Amino acid sequence: MLTALTVLGILAALIGLVLGYTAIRFHVDSDPVVEQIDKLLPQTQCGQCTYAGCRPYAEAMAAGEADINQCPPGGETTIKALADLLGRDPKPLNPEHGEHTEKSVVVIDEQVCIGCTLCIQACPVDAIVGAAKQMHTVIRDECTGCDLCIPPCPVECIHVVPLPPVIGNWVWPKPADPASQPTGTARQQAAS
Amino acid sequence: MNRSATSFSRPQLSSFKTLHHFHGGLKLPGHREITASMPIRQAELPPQLIVPLQQHIGAAAVSLVQVGEQVCKGQLIGRQAGAISACVHAPSSGVISAVEDRPVPHPSGLQAPCIVIDTDGMERDSDEQYPLLDYTRLTPDALCKLIRDAGIVGLGGAGFPTQVKLGCGKYDIKLLLINAVECEPYIACDNRLIQERAADIISGVHILQRAVEAESCIIAIEDDMAQAEAALQTALQQDGNNTDIALTRVPEIYPSGGERQLIKVLTGEEVPSQGFPADMGIICQNVGTAAAVHNAVVKRQPLLPRIVTLTGNGLVQPQNIEALIGTPVSHLVATAGGYCSDVERLIIGGPMMGYAVTDDNIPVTKTLNCALAVTADEMPVPPPAQPCIRCGKCTEVCPADLLPQQLYWYAHSSNLDAAQDYSLFDCIECGCCAYVCPSHIPLVQYYRHAKTEIWVREKQLQSSDLARQRHEARLSRLDRIKQERAARMAKKKLALAGDDSRKDNKKAAIEAALERVKRKKQQADSTPGNTDNLTPAQQQLIDDADRRRRQQQEDRNS
Repeated sequence: MLTALTVLGILAALIGLVLGYTAIRFHVDSDPVVEQIDKLLPQTQCGQCTYAGCRPYAEAMAAGEADINQCPPGGETTIKALADLLGRDPKPLNPEHGEHTEKSVVVIDEQVCIGCTLCIQACPVDAIVGAAKQMHTVIRDECTGCDLCIPPCPVECIHVVPLPPVIGNWVWPKPADPASQPTGTARQQAAS
Repeated sequence: MNRSATSFSRPQLSSFKTLHHFHGGLKLPGHREITASMPIRQAELPPQLIVPLQQHIGAAAVSLVQVGEQVCKGQLIGRQAGAISACVHAPSSGVISAVEDRPVPHPSGLQAPCIVIDTDGMERDSDEQYPLLDYTRLTPDALCKLIRDAGIVGLGGAGFPTQVKLGCGKYDIKLLLINAVECEPYIACDNRLIQERAADIISGVHILQRAVEAESCIIAIEDDMAQAEAALQTALQQDGNNTDIALTRVPEIYPSGGERQLIKVLTGEEVPSQGFPADMGIICQNVGTAAAVHNAVVKRQPLLPRIVTLTGNGLVQPQNIEALIGTPVSHLVATAGGYCSDVERLIIGGPMMGYAVTDDNIPVTKTLNCALAVTADEMPVPPPAQPCIRCGKCTEVCPADLLPQQLYWYAHSSNLDAAQDYSLFDCIECGCCAYVCPSHIPLVQYYRHAKTEIWVREKQLQSSDLARQRHEARLSRLDRIKQERAARMAKKKLALAGDDSRKDNKKAAIEAALERVKRKKQQADSTPGNTDNLTPAQQQLIDDADRRRRQQQEDRNS
């Protein structure tokens, strides 16, 4: 009787130690779901989802306040990935938030720019360089195509340009579908 | 089913006497006899050379030249950018007429940055004199550096920068494998190269062996390349220090020239998925690369020309042509007598792994080994794809031992994660599965679509990670500025409110200032200056002013 109690007591103490250690060692600060959702979002930071950026939208989704179809830059791919992650049914993009377009970038017409710095303040990813009364320019590789810099510009010198196709981003076209889809199902249908 | 390698007079390595078999593979009609018996022809210098900055796997080279600049033959015009990259040289002398996007050999038909040289026909060499070196006295590192500076990449087709593959002492290499197995139908450029320049190849092999410090070396050659084999034998016999190079015949089964397949045939071991042959102590190099290494180290010449097989029934005189890199394919087609009237398609690469192009005004690159002009009879356009009937033939022939059918389903339904789980990236795109498919499903195209789609998504993920970092950095910066401003304001407020002695100081300062003003006023009242020697008119004016002032004073007082 006493042996059994001692053994159980020691076991309990050991397991308690291990659990205590792992709780400290593998402590997770923030909600991992938010991180996971944030990872799937395109990080355009455009605010078309009505939230102040991709992370706030991810937090709202994790809290169940926002739907998964509010991100036009991500489009169908993002909605599908979010649906997979959150175990919901994919749904079409909510047109209230805009339409999905291919990624573009903005350029500043440097002849027209007056150096007002309003676009620099609007850019969510610091992709515009310039200073007061100096010419501004967009760092193309950093631009997410959120278009937030366009409305503040007083001289309308910022234009959207589509990204030209380059070999590095080219995808082999998917072959046209074989006449109809194969398989067991067709045979089963024929048999039934 | 193992078979013994044919023994030659050369000493054989005991461990590689037995040959093995890789899974699957196909026996294909060779079509190599069209060009394999004719000597290599030198292409004439074209009026314009178009040198792409990206002719290899890795980062594109960075242009070092300006429009209008004179360049010499062999001058470095693009330097390598990053660890996995290769430099490019001017193939001939002339003037740089443009540095711009031009069509390049690529299935997309898109343009890529190129350096365009208007040749002057003088073939001027650079003034710089490179001392000829005795490579046997050079360290492996120095040899790797020479190979890197010559811009050499794998000439078998993949174009991996050679010095990166050699590793410069990073790996412990047991076996250097020289790949002379030109397994894809029609292509005979390596075959001709061996027949005509076997001695160069053997010299290059010695240099490579020294560069990787390999214990042993095998040259693997296909068993239907009898003349090439004889040439190599002769060269080995004439060679002085050849005791450690063995020549082995491998059976002609497509794709035994694939790196992983050849290693399996010779050693019986499989290169692990996601692994490299170097991890197993094996390095595989193409014969063309060996010849280029010989030129780079012994003759001190960078990689300027390469041999291209121009073949197919759509050409008047199919043959192997040695052309400078940057020569337009159309120029080579003209050298090969032009197109026949019934030509239907131009394919870059072989019939199994190549891709059709619509424009022949694309340059020869370091990796372009074949231009195949076919007629409709020779290579009919496959009939429309039928549904998969799950016959399993593709699985039987897959040399990478994958499940092509499974990969097809996942690629077809864009289930890219599942396709990767089924080792999509171990597919070498040899085309065997599509060749045997009774439903004519373009299987390889599905895999290529899935692979490129995955790459593009990975790139997007990287750029979105960058955007997130920058956005977070911005938010934290704005937050910091806000906090700093608030802290400054609070400090100021505190200073204004709390300090009593400061208040007294202020009061004292105000009183002192009032005192000063008072004193000044008194001084001004006592003696008006500048009143001597006045004219009567001036005195009259002063008196009037005094009267007015007194009057005003009285008015104010009353």
